[in-house]
Formats: sequence, structure tokens, C-alpha cells
Amino acid sequence: MSSTERKIKVLIAKPGLNGHDRGAKVVARALRDAGMEVIYTGLRQTPEQIVETAIQEDVDVVGLSILSGAHMTLLPRVVQLLREKGMDDVLVIAGGIIPTDDIPKLKEAGIAEVFGPGTPLKTIIEFIKKNVRRKG
Amino acid sequence: MRYNVEELVQKLIQGDKFATARLISLAENDPTTAQKIISLIYPYTGRAHVIGVTGPPGSGKSTLVYRLAKEWRKRGKTVGIVAVDPTSPFTGGALLGDRIRMQELTCDDGVFIRSMATRGSLGGLARATKDVVRILDASGKDVIVVETVGAGQSEVAIVRIAHTILVVLCPGLGDEIQVLKAGIMEIGDVFVVNKADREGADETAMQIEDMLNMASTIRFNETGWIPPVVKTSAVYNRGISELIDRIEEHWRFLKKMDKDIYFRRRVEQDVIEALRSKIEQMALNHVMKNEKYNELIEKVANKEIDPYTAADIILNGVIRSEEKEPEENE
Repeated sequence: MSSTERKIKVLIAKPGLNGHDRGAKVVARALRDAGMEVIYTGLRQTPEQIVETAIQEDVDVVGLSILSGAHMTLLPRVVQLLREKGMDDVLVIAGGIIPTDDIPKLKEAGIAEVFGPGTPLKTIIEFIKKNVRRKG
Repeated sequence: MRYNVEELVQKLIQGDKFATARLISLAENDPTTAQKIISLIYPYTGRAHVIGVTGPPGSGKSTLVYRLAKEWRKRGKTVGIVAVDPTSPFTGGALLGDRIRMQELTCDDGVFIRSMATRGSLGGLARATKDVVRILDASGKDVIVVETVGAGQSEVAIVRIAHTILVVLCPGLGDEIQVLKAGIMEIGDVFVVNKADREGADETAMQIEDMLNMASTIRFNETGWIPPVVKTSAVYNRGISELIDRIEEHWRFLKKMDKDIYFRRRVEQDVIEALRSKIEQMALNHVMKNEKYNELIEKVANKEIDPYTAADIILNGVIRSEEKEPEENE
């Protein structure tokens, strides 16, 4: 029955201080069209707000879009807070403007994958479907 | 990872957010688990004042809910918010954006917000919305606000969940208010003209009052409550305190009423609703096990018989086999 089907729940969030969310919205819509339930929270979120939302909404995935250059501070902070709050089974991915040199460091900090400009939407969808850890 | 429902319920009752969120997911994903959860938490429910917020898209429901929550917090109350958005019937996906207007509430420990997709349910709510309200109730929230899908006409499912229903309209709807009367105009306990900073707010308020005077709708006569019309501007934070006063007035009015007329009847409706869905499920499960079932579907597909005749044949078969073995259930 479709009403009892389990859905992948994704939080798309924009940490920090930049006002550009075209990319985040495009990804949010693509994930919706792939059958996921996507929560979009708007601009200028603190890591605390993002993690609080992830808890209340009990999401499987957190997607962080960042173009401000503050990714080395904000992204690991989100992962750290998620772990502290017991949400360590959440898949965290990132997108936006992130220099390739920083990507290994972000992965070390717990970001599962980084999707730069030009990434086909299908790649993101497939990555989520393959790597999400469904809660039982 | 498996979760122990009993353990989660213990934590829920102490107001734990993580347990609240996880129990909501479990109730959303599986009706059998939902039933187990409800059976454990039911003694702890029934304390919260449940408020439904409905109205056409763009009337400012989310912003209004945000302002109301802020005001309730000022008055020392804790708040649960359930924001329902539609699921796409084509992809099964949903985009839930009500939190955009409620960002400032996110880190307040006295507020819990949950977005819900309708997942194929009609009537402006999801199947599990009522259970989600019960879970928030058991977690100790004083006020629970349910924001429905903004469709306008037929979202009356909220009547079975909320004690007090706000119908949110705004200036410029004009004749549309006339159109709305058949649907949501009949369910409002408090009418809100939001965006009252805009031109035409007084006219809209007057039109609503006219309509309410004309409509001798059953629901109002039953209780004797006369729905007030309140003008607000959620963006500018105007009229919110007055609106809450009216909402609380309605709550006091309901609590003063004879328990037999109101609260007992609601509980009875809950039982009937549960019964109805169980009977339907039971009957369908039973019928679909019938050996003739697939054969009949085939016949309908080949246009040998029509769906009604197929249903009759199945039902007759079921009734006859029931007569033969009345001990079928146990």
C-alpha cells in the first residue's frame, strides 16, 4: 500500500551566511521527483538549527549546500553535532563551491560525498539511494 | 537498527525529542506499529489543546502559525506543530517547506515541529496525522497546531483531529469566499483575515460575517458557539494576541460544555473510525484470499462482467463460506 511505504527523508539546508539557494532548490526538487520526502529550511542556518531540524524530522540524509567558503568550519561542525546528539546513522553530503583540496579533509570529517557544480542530478540521487542507512 | 518501542515511549513521556521524532516516523511508516505506540501512550493523551489551521494556499498559514507559537511561548505554553504538505501522486515524493517560515522556533526547547507528507491521503491530512498529534500530546505539549495542505475546499479531515479550527483567509479573495462556503467555511471556529495590512481587509471580514449570519450551519447550532472574525497581519505581528484570546475562549467554551455532548462523542468517533478502517482491511484481506478473486479480475478486464457484478459475486461467495465455517476467525 502506498500510504505505508517507507520514504527516504532528506533535509536540504544552507549553513552560514550566503543568500544563494538556486542550487539547493534544484537539488531539493530533483530528490522530490525521485520519490523522496525533502525538507527545505531556507537560508542562513546555523549548524545547531540544522541538527535540531534533522532530529525533529528524523531524516535519513542531510544535504548541505554552501558557497560562502566557510565549509571547513561549518560542515564538520554539523557532523560533530549530529554524532553528539546520537544521529550518527544520518548520511551527510555536501554541494556548492568547495575546492578539491578540501574534499579529502571533509570526507575525513564525516561528509560522505561532495558534489560540485555540474554534477548530474542523477549522480546525487543514485548516491543517496545506494548509501542511505534506513532506520528500522 | 531496531528500536524498542516501549523504551522510546518511556522517553517520550519525559519529553525526549529524539524519542518523539523516532516514534512519529514509526507511526508514519507502519500502521501496526502505530497501533502499538498508541496503545502504550493513550493514557498520557488528551491533555493538549489541538488547533487546526486551514485555508487556501498563500493565505499565510505558516507565518501565522509561527507568530502564534511565539505568542504561546510568551504565555508560558509549550507548542507542537504538525505541518502537512502534499505528496506528488506521480512520483511519491514531496517537498516540505513550511519550516522556512518557522526558522526562529527551531532551537526553542519548548517547540517541536514536524513536517508531514500526505502520502496519498485525501482531505488535507496524512493517514498518520492523528497519531502524530497523539504522540506530541503524550510528550507533554500544551498546544498542538496542525497546519493542513492549503487546498481550500474539501479539507475537512481536520475536524476529526482538532478542537478549535482556524480558517485563514486574506483580502482579495473576493467572490471566492462564496465558493469556499461549501467546504471550509462550515468548519471554522475562528475566522482569520490575515494580511490585514492590505487593502480590502475590512470588506473581507464583513463578507465573512455576512456569510456566517446567513449560514445556519449545523455545527454552530449544535454547540451554540458563534465564530468570531479576527484580523491579523502575521508578517507585521499584529492581531496575534487577540487571536490567541479568541482561541482560548473557544477552548474554555468547549470545556464548559457537557462532556457527553462533546468529548465523549469525539472519543466515540475515534472508535468508529478505527473500527471502519479495520473492518475494511479485514474484509479486503479476506476477500483477496478467495480463489475466485483473480479469476474475476480477469473477467472484468475482458469485459465479461463489470466491477459491481464482480464485487457482488465475491461478497456472495464470502457470505456463503462464512455460513459454512463460522469459526473462521479463531
